[in-house]
Amino acid sequence: MASAASERTEIRITGFGGQGVVLAGHIIGHACAINAGMNATMIQSFGPEARGSACSSTLAVSKSEVLYPYIGRPDILVAMSSEGYEKYRDELKDDGTLIYEQDLVQPRVKKGQRSSCVPSTRIAESLGRAIVQNIVMVGFFGAVTGLVPREALSEAVLHSVPPGTEKLNLSAFDRGFEYFEEAVRQSVLEVHRPPLEGVPA
Amino acid sequence: MKADPIGVLTGAHYLDGDFACGEGAMAAGCRFVAGYPITPSTEVVERISRRFPTMGGTFIQMEDELASMAAVVGGSWTGTKSMTVTSGPGFSLMMENIGLAAMMETPCVVVNVQRGGPSTGLPTMVGQADVMQARWGSHGDYEIIAMSPQSPQEAFDLTIEAFNLSEIYRVPVMFLMDEIVGHMTERVVIPPADEIEVVPRALTGKTPEEFEPYQINGKPTPEFARAGDGYRFHTTGLTHDERGYPEMSVECQERCVRRLLEKITDNADRIVRFEEEATDDAEVVVVTYGITARVARLAIDMARRRGVKVGSVRLIVIWPFAEKLIRELAGKVRALVVPEINYGQLVLEVERCAAGKCAVLPVSHGGGSVHDPAVIAEVIVKAAAEAA
Amino acid sequence: MSKDKVGTRTDFPPTPPEFLPEQQPDHPVTPYLRMERIPHVWCPGCGIGTVVKCFATALERSGADLDKVSVVSGIGCSGRAAGYLKLDGFHTTHGRAIPFATGLKLGRPELEVAVFSGDGDLSGIGGNHFIHAARRNMDLLVILINNFIYGMTGGQNAPTTPLTAKSSTMPFGNFEAPFNIPHLAASCGAPYVARWTCLHIRRLTWAMEEALDRKGFRLIEVIAPCPTLYSRLNKLGTGLNGMRFYHDNAEIRHGADTRELDIDFQKSITCGKFVDEERPTFLDQMNEHYGQVLGEKYVPMSPEGGWLHG
Ligand SMILES: Cc1ncc(C[n+]2csc(CCOP(=O)(O)OP(=O)(O)O)c2C)c(N)n1
Ligand code: SF4
Ligand SMILES: [Mg+2]
Repeated sequence: MASAASERTEIRITGFGGQGVVLAGHIIGHACAINAGMNATMIQSFGPEARGSACSSTLAVSKSEVLYPYIGRPDILVAMSSEGYEKYRDELKDDGTLIYEQDLVQPRVKKGQRSSCVPSTRIAESLGRAIVQNIVMVGFFGAVTGLVPREALSEAVLHSVPPGTEKLNLSAFDRGFEYFEEAVRQSVLEVHRPPLEGVPA
Repeated sequence: MKADPIGVLTGAHYLDGDFACGEGAMAAGCRFVAGYPITPSTEVVERISRRFPTMGGTFIQMEDELASMAAVVGGSWTGTKSMTVTSGPGFSLMMENIGLAAMMETPCVVVNVQRGGPSTGLPTMVGQADVMQARWGSHGDYEIIAMSPQSPQEAFDLTIEAFNLSEIYRVPVMFLMDEIVGHMTERVVIPPADEIEVVPRALTGKTPEEFEPYQINGKPTPEFARAGDGYRFHTTGLTHDERGYPEMSVECQERCVRRLLEKITDNADRIVRFEEEATDDAEVVVVTYGITARVARLAIDMARRRGVKVGSVRLIVIWPFAEKLIRELAGKVRALVVPEINYGQLVLEVERCAAGKCAVLPVSHGGGSVHDPAVIAEVIVKAAAEAA
Repeated sequence: MSKDKVGTRTDFPPTPPEFLPEQQPDHPVTPYLRMERIPHVWCPGCGIGTVVKCFATALERSGADLDKVSVVSGIGCSGRAAGYLKLDGFHTTHGRAIPFATGLKLGRPELEVAVFSGDGDLSGIGGNHFIHAARRNMDLLVILINNFIYGMTGGQNAPTTPLTAKSSTMPFGNFEAPFNIPHLAASCGAPYVARWTCLHIRRLTWAMEEALDRKGFRLIEVIAPCPTLYSRLNKLGTGLNGMRFYHDNAEIRHGADTRELDIDFQKSITCGKFVDEERPTFLDQMNEHYGQVLGEKYVPMSPEGGWLHG
């Protein structure tokens, strides 16, 4: 993935309609642009694409002004559904980072790419509302990438969710964030390391 | 005067250009919006319809864009600042009553979030091909003002400006966004109400007996009386005299229409707005507007790295056209490069003003995406080489 | 309109009669008219002027605050009405009088807004606006002058031309089914619907006065002679013959089923008041709805209009 020092980080978030792909992008963009003093341009997919099974939003994040609004090959691909993953997997940079929903995506990463996964749907369900899956993912994203400070992201979550749901969403965020920290501590990420492309599992 | 705080959402927000435009309208004091849904503009009215009921504004979804534009002209004649929002196909339908607004000298704002055309074209993808339509789309001779933002922040700032200009010159102002600016989300800082300058509707101080709706008394525009204040004035889309009465004569046509044109052309220097960068010693200057201006800056960097002295002009007000500026530049530079997301529209105007004094090179793009900056850079480099 | 202009396609007003009628400064409706614009553009025997006079009388009797009355017309001979009434007057584009008037009403809710236009303007090119304004119960008084034809452009077929009647574009007689205008309005929900002819001066005036007292989308269809075009193309004689025809063939049936109000060529014309109900207007519904849903947060537009000067 792009290091914090590099000029521009490009991100694509994909999933199926109803998973809150756009809200996830919005929260990350808000955290970067409003709470962390960076520039972040978000574009969501529209039209038939937005209604299909693989919708997506993209973000270009940079310390300097974002001139080109679209992304090329993303540094980070967040895949919350298998169709979204299949549609966009080839775009991911050769040294990019894949973040995916562990139970829904069966990835094949290239050599040089990093990947991390989280059972975000199961975690959301354990909180009583599958709908907060995307917020779990946002928390996980924050921990994996270190793109923005944790507080900047959690504030953006609070800012963006419907009134009355702040507590639920915040715990979803925390669970996602802490899942990564816990995984690192236990090194379980290695366990879930997906097979390399072309190499039989 | 300062903006009414009730319409101003002060603070730093993460907003798309459509929402920002809606916020700009509300900050500017717009309180009547009539529209008909069309991608990629609909978010503007979705924003407004949610916020208007808390600030004394009325939104109505009309049966079509013909009706929307007619309602906006009617709404504005009550003194209530009025706006409509659309994209290409709806813009075409609005032309009829944009002409009426121009003829009746009605302040109003028409937002067109441009998508690819012609016809239904590319509903969810970008275009900049309504630039000429914005200027010439209705029949007859008339002038309008058109502005083009390059970011959500500008969508906010310039919408206020659009309302202000429409009040000062009593013209419909075309707010030419594009799908990308409309649908891209970025930081938008909305200042406190007391830092936002808005031009209120200037109502006539004359008595009904003295008042004539199209008497200008040496000013660029006539004084305004709104419906319901006892002036019992008449206005019409027909050629009219100072009383607003139809008069079908060559003399009246000359008087009436010439003034519609001159109130803008005579004040073009005051209305025209652009950003100029490194044009002083430039061999090539890139002339752009809207989203293309951002992409062109990447191209300019590429060309500079290849040793070309490139400057840039970003047109913020597109109409009236920055004639003087382009004429001056044409006398100084080797080439003007004009990238736009159409097959060559504003470049015609650049060519006209350059009048053969320098090369003028379009960089066309049919729409659906922005230019690849490398393609623009290539034209810049070639222009510098060929002219050398 | 002089004979030599007949059949030419032009938006210019018909040539006014060569002799100027005596101005009558003490005519009772003089204060309601722009006398400086008289003589008007209408042909001798045309029914439109009569309707304007009835409206002026109704305005006087209604006691309405005339400063707050706006009149909006589209384009056509009938569409010139807004130009002669001494009110805030708007002569707009062809077919768009109703949406323009909608903007006036919503921009300054205290206004009483009247639309005065022709059958072609309101039910042809503007038909979509007509049905939607009726559906929304927009607070407008609509006076539709039905001369069965496009007058101003030279007598072309209209959506109201009766079957078999001739027009300049149906020279062999019209074969398209016409609109039944009161039924169209009523079926879209208009709470006040009436039809009169130019002969029924008192009843028409009274209907206008009554309608001014009502709210919502109020439609008054007025059947008017167009001697220059409709009558001439159909060999129906002068304006006076037209009035005689109304006298002999108009049948007054208040409350008649609007489905039965079709007009056949030179057959009886059913007149009367067909609908007079109360139904919340667009603004009533909007205010009530937002009041309920948003409670104290709801800030309705002031009756005087949107924010102007802080
Ligand atoms: C957009 C447009 N199309 C066509 C015309 C030409 N035109 C002017 S008036 C008219 C017909 C008017 O008919 P109606 O409303 O019945 O009025 P009348 O003259 O019969 O009173 C037409 C077709 C126009 N002015 N504008
Ligand atoms: S409606 Fe007929 S009679 Fe009346 S002014 Fe028009 S052309 Fe003449
Ligand atoms: Mg007619």
